[in-house]
Amino acid sequence: MGEVIVVTSGKGGVGKTTTTANVGTGLAMLGNKVILIDTDIGLRNLDVVMGLENRIVYNLVDVVEGNCRLAQALIKDKKFPNLHLLPSAQTRDKSSVTPDQMKKLIEELKESFDYIILDCPAGIEQGFQNAIAGADRALVVTTPEVSAIRDADRIIGLLEANELRRSDLIVNRIRMDMVKRGDMMSIDDVVDILAINLIGAVPDDQNIVISTNQGEPLVGSDSLAGQAYMNIARRVTGEEVPLLDLSAGNGFWSKLAGVFKRNK
Amino acid sequence: MGLFDLFKKTNSGNVAKDRLKLLLVSDRSNCSPEIMEAIKNDILKVISKYMDVDTEGLEIQLTQTESDISGKTVPALYANIPIKDIKKNGSIK
Repeated sequence: MGEVIVVTSGKGGVGKTTTTANVGTGLAMLGNKVILIDTDIGLRNLDVVMGLENRIVYNLVDVVEGNCRLAQALIKDKKFPNLHLLPSAQTRDKSSVTPDQMKKLIEELKESFDYIILDCPAGIEQGFQNAIAGADRALVVTTPEVSAIRDADRIIGLLEANELRRSDLIVNRIRMDMVKRGDMMSIDDVVDILAINLIGAVPDDQNIVISTNQGEPLVGSDSLAGQAYMNIARRVTGEEVPLLDLSAGNGFWSKLAGVFKRNK
Repeated sequence: MGLFDLFKKTNSGNVAKDRLKLLLVSDRSNCSPEIMEAIKNDILKVISKYMDVDTEGLEIQLTQTESDISGKTVPALYANIPIKDIKKNGSIK
């Protein structure tokens, strides 16, 4: 039986879709059978981040409404045959699917996948209710900003009220240079405020923009963000992985040192 | 500004953390501005029986404090009530 994980944040634009794509791809790289589901009906994005936008024939709403069989709507990843995407519908709205329909769909998928990862829309309305309906656990994504943390706190409360077994925190887009100057809350500050288990921190990395431009998740690459996402994927499976030192590799000298290390 | 102030400057990271802590106390307690306003008015009513207070300057806020009993951080209602004049003998009008 597969494990169902919802990636959520409350606030938009903090990196839910990027996290879903990278953690999901990471889990597939570790040899698991993974399905990513975009539950953001009307504003689909996961297909673009995964670079699979040209392969969509059927979508989530088609499956729920019975316009196609489940297997017909699943898109196989370009690189990893054990990674699949169930895209969302672009021309419908959140009310096209109910939480009960989501639960039923997920029960069916649990039979054939190790991990089912749901990319949750922003907000706390029906889209959120749909996304968390069948989930066993959650990855709560936030950035070290007042607005994002406030929304994350609200989301954590709602997840508890809905009796999810477990919620883990991902602090995204952290800038260690700003933390050092005292102009950004540190990872510890955020964990202290939200008081849930930290499963990983991802640095603000230009490579993320580049990888999204290309439609290829950067998990597993030797960029800092790529390593951070791979570590999160490992921790999701239960492996103990020490936290990455994010202050390394940002300055000119450490980059130079990195070049020499690679050439050795 | 003296040289010393340069070192004392609070950086924005700490400002953010402090603002958030206050914000989350009121978010978590589900205490709406309307309820806070009602509490404020009731406090005013009671205190002004005994003292002449500055109604404009009254401030109330939900915050966090360390409990004397358990030592844990607990939510607390903080009120700042400036007194204009203490009525003689605390007599009730």
